[in-house]
Amino acid sequence: MDFEVMIGVEVHAQLLTKTKIFCGCSTNFGRNPNTQVCPICLGMPGVLPVLNQEAVELAIRAALALHCKILRRERFARKGYFYPDLPKGYQISQYEEPFAAEGILSFERNGNCKTIRIKRMNLEEDAGKLIHEEDRGSLVDFNRCGVPLLEIATEPDLTSPKDTHTFLAELRQILQYLEVSSGDMEKGHLRCEPNISLKKPGQSEWGTRTELKNLNSLKGVEKGLLFEIRRQKRLLESGQPIRQETLLWDEKREIALPMRVKEEAGDYRYFPEPDLVPLVIDEEWIERVKRSLPELPDDRKKRFVETYKIREQDAQTLTLTRRLADYFEEVVKIHSDFTLAANWIITEVLGILHEKNLSIGDLSVTPARLAGLFHLIQDETISKKMAKEIFVKMVESGKQADEIVRVQGGQIRDEAEVERIIEEVLKGNSEEKVRYQSGEVKLMGYFIGQVMKRTDGKANPRMVNEILRKMLEGNPQKSGVQKK
Amino acid sequence: MELCEQSAFVLHQMLVSKEISCREILLSLLNRIHSRDLNAYITLFEEEALKEAERVDQQIKRGEDLSPWTGIPLAVKDNICIQGKPTTCGSKILTSFQPPYDASVISKLKEKDCLFIGKTNMDEFAMGSSNENSHYHPVRNPWDPTRVPGGSSGGSVAAVASGQAIWALGSDTGGSIRQPASFCGVVGLKPTYGRVSRYGLVAFASSLDQIGPIARTVQDCALLLEAIAGYDSLDSTSLDRPVPLYSTNLKREMQGMKMGIPREFFGEGLDSKVEERIRFAIHQLEEAGVEPLEISLPHTEYAIATYYLIATAEASSNLARYDGVRYGYRTKSFRDLYEMQSKTRQEGFGDEVKRRIMLGTYALSAGYYEAYYGRAQKARTLIRRDFDQAFEKVDFILTPTAPTQAFKIGEKIEDPLQMYLSDIYTVSPSLAGVPALSLPLDIPKDGLPIGLQFIGKTLEEEKLLQIAFACEEMKILDNSISS
Amino acid sequence: MEIITEEEVRHVARLARLALSEEEVKKFQRQLEKILEYVAKLRELNLEGVEPTTHVIPVVNRLREDRGKESLSKEEALSNAPNTEKGHFRVPKVIE
Ligand SMILES: [Mg+2]
Ligand SMILES: [Zn+2]
Repeated sequence: MDFEVMIGVEVHAQLLTKTKIFCGCSTNFGRNPNTQVCPICLGMPGVLPVLNQEAVELAIRAALALHCKILRRERFARKGYFYPDLPKGYQISQYEEPFAAEGILSFERNGNCKTIRIKRMNLEEDAGKLIHEEDRGSLVDFNRCGVPLLEIATEPDLTSPKDTHTFLAELRQILQYLEVSSGDMEKGHLRCEPNISLKKPGQSEWGTRTELKNLNSLKGVEKGLLFEIRRQKRLLESGQPIRQETLLWDEKREIALPMRVKEEAGDYRYFPEPDLVPLVIDEEWIERVKRSLPELPDDRKKRFVETYKIREQDAQTLTLTRRLADYFEEVVKIHSDFTLAANWIITEVLGILHEKNLSIGDLSVTPARLAGLFHLIQDETISKKMAKEIFVKMVESGKQADEIVRVQGGQIRDEAEVERIIEEVLKGNSEEKVRYQSGEVKLMGYFIGQVMKRTDGKANPRMVNEILRKMLEGNPQKSGVQKK
Repeated sequence: MELCEQSAFVLHQMLVSKEISCREILLSLLNRIHSRDLNAYITLFEEEALKEAERVDQQIKRGEDLSPWTGIPLAVKDNICIQGKPTTCGSKILTSFQPPYDASVISKLKEKDCLFIGKTNMDEFAMGSSNENSHYHPVRNPWDPTRVPGGSSGGSVAAVASGQAIWALGSDTGGSIRQPASFCGVVGLKPTYGRVSRYGLVAFASSLDQIGPIARTVQDCALLLEAIAGYDSLDSTSLDRPVPLYSTNLKREMQGMKMGIPREFFGEGLDSKVEERIRFAIHQLEEAGVEPLEISLPHTEYAIATYYLIATAEASSNLARYDGVRYGYRTKSFRDLYEMQSKTRQEGFGDEVKRRIMLGTYALSAGYYEAYYGRAQKARTLIRRDFDQAFEKVDFILTPTAPTQAFKIGEKIEDPLQMYLSDIYTVSPSLAGVPALSLPLDIPKDGLPIGLQFIGKTLEEEKLLQIAFACEEMKILDNSISS
Repeated sequence: MEIITEEEVRHVARLARLALSEEEVKKFQRQLEKILEYVAKLRELNLEGVEPTTHVIPVVNRLREDRGKESLSKEEALSNAPNTEKGHFRVPKVIE
């Protein structure tokens, strides 16, 4: 039996601030445990939170990009629960007065356009990290504690795991574009907790909703959802009840197991945070952020197709990340062969990044240097084939294209030298020369190949072509015209 | 008069004129502390204070300028953090806790070369009105050691009243400076909410807590407030307003001022002896040209209920951090995390704290929020409005600080509600966030002090201090000390 | 009828992570009952349309710049902890 599926997600995105949301500790990752902590984020007695302005600005950006209504006056609330990674015994979050609400995110998959409603958006603080040790208890590291999070909750508008995957990829791209969040799911900078319920077609009531946690990648989200949908189907088909519960996804075993919860769980005793004063976001502030907002990926893609006349597929790839798109635009600002630039970046640049596991920001070949390489192609100092090798050398040595060309030599463009090489080739292929001169003109390609082989591909192809014709036919121009 | 009984103002003059040394002041105090055990201190910094006094004396010898606070020994309530010094809050759960930071008021006082002599006893987490709720045992009232000093700043107040400190810092959430000041016969001020930074004050009820000065004279009280008041970027709820020179602007013409006498504060429950004294003080002020006006603060009867719901709800959240993970006490035996946390809290907290955590948790829990916490927050609005309306007509409000004089140790401890009701006159201004000062009246024949409370408009501490100063000049009060 | 039952007292104690002896449960039930009876006074008030007070001061938008401040050293951070290991705070295992 086929079931209808209804999925909503709750996403937690770490905001790209330098310091934590309520204290001045750094948000850098990978430091030694408990070295990025202070009395405030350790929840020591008597300390007080002070809100980081940048966290608010980033949240406004995200809210604008997702077309949310930003609450003009809002307050923070305490969400109370006990857990060893939560130093104060409460998390400072937002409750009755969220940061923003009623947004939308549209995306396209397989030619279908979908719009997902964003229910609400909260600013809150992250908890610390627990390292569970078998049987021996746990170790707590509070470095992450107090890192600003943006919690984004959607309405249950998603209808399949694939949909959810696309939605998340789209959301992540927007957050990355706006430099709101790094969006790195593997590192936990973007966390997704979907809720799922099923319904038999024709029935009006949806089944009991369950929640999935611990999904650490887009693939994981899809797999986890598939698993949970299958599980719910089985239960429904056999007439068994579905319990309202939270399941933990086990990535290794690819199963989701219910979390055991205490009876009092869920009673968070929210109340307005007395240590923080209301946050008032006026029109002027929103306008200021709006003006600083970069172009969104979708708009940029459209503009790339229009302005640079490149294929939509290529524009899609080039706008995958803001940095890649910026890189492309930097290049074409200097070098105006848009198609060359697009093709080259998609194949060569992305290729080497993939091969060396680098990101565009790590690349030593700046847009200006890549444009420099294109100039050498354009003025025929090098061939496209040579350019590919030179590019690899540029990445590896950090040198500029013309430097490398100067050392290893560019194209052979000295007429006398090209003539000398061609003479040698013709001498060694006197039989083919006779066949050519007796009308087998397609042998021209063969001669060119021989010349290139001898010169390591460095001979200027146009020059080779001209001189070959001249030497084989005596009057290349004329013969050229005759051919046409 | 012994040095330990002098005011900070006089001691400063004596230091400047090189009549005395800082060491002599300190020794006089230490002598008083060791000769009379009131259990006012939890921790004494004897050696360090002596070294500090030595440093100040060197400074004097070199002829350096002294600030009015330099070298005047100060006692600090044990819920205010001093870096590297034990801060127990009167609780077992904070045994051995040493904050790696200073409270903002402490930083300010350190800049002024103030001399810290020790941390004073208090009701556990500032929850109590008698100082009997301390893990470090009750403080005794210097006027009658069988009686309570009031609470929760009982240690600070008893120390100041007995010459065991020149002045002290206390904290006031619903009367914790004013009620003990009234019981022990000293001047105590609860500033406007936000006037003094709360950073480093261990939270009891965040929307009500304020640090305030305790002293034997109005001028000293003003001087200490001057040192600690002001904006602090570490406290989002601190007010960004200039700090007046309270201690030098104390003179004020009383003629023509209007004092409000709220009828609700003079009804049932007010001890007749206290009432008589207060009425007499009103009469004296009248003679000085102050016009009395009977006013009404109609929601006064709801103040205690409102206060105990809000304060306990916030406290239940503020005290959730004491879980045996990062600092403080941890129970010895446990099977798992849940048991470690719940037993740590069972063993680490005293009865009153547990009671308030329970009440506050209940008031916030699912299904009860609106009926209890929600209602209390709205009632708070009505109580604030009462004050706004009253201050349209009067310059200040005058009331008793507490309904009775100091009661016997053990008298109310078994009946929490009765204990709560002893805060009846102090909680309303706390809920409204306005400043209030308790001034000691002449000690009656029974030898137990009575306090007069002045309540002012938001940020009008200056006016309150001026009125109190005028009363002091008029000898309405007695600055005598219980030695 | 009781306002708060012993079972509710136990529930609230679990919410507050407070272990209570049976005696304490009984005592707190009695005392809380009395206090709750008293605070029920607030039901007399007509609070319709009354805004709740969360702050008594008219301050909004207290924000800090996104600028770093020195953190504690690991030793300072852990110095008050009852149990530490390898630079971490150590806690017992969770049995749900
Ligand atoms: Mg959340
Ligand atoms: Zn921090």
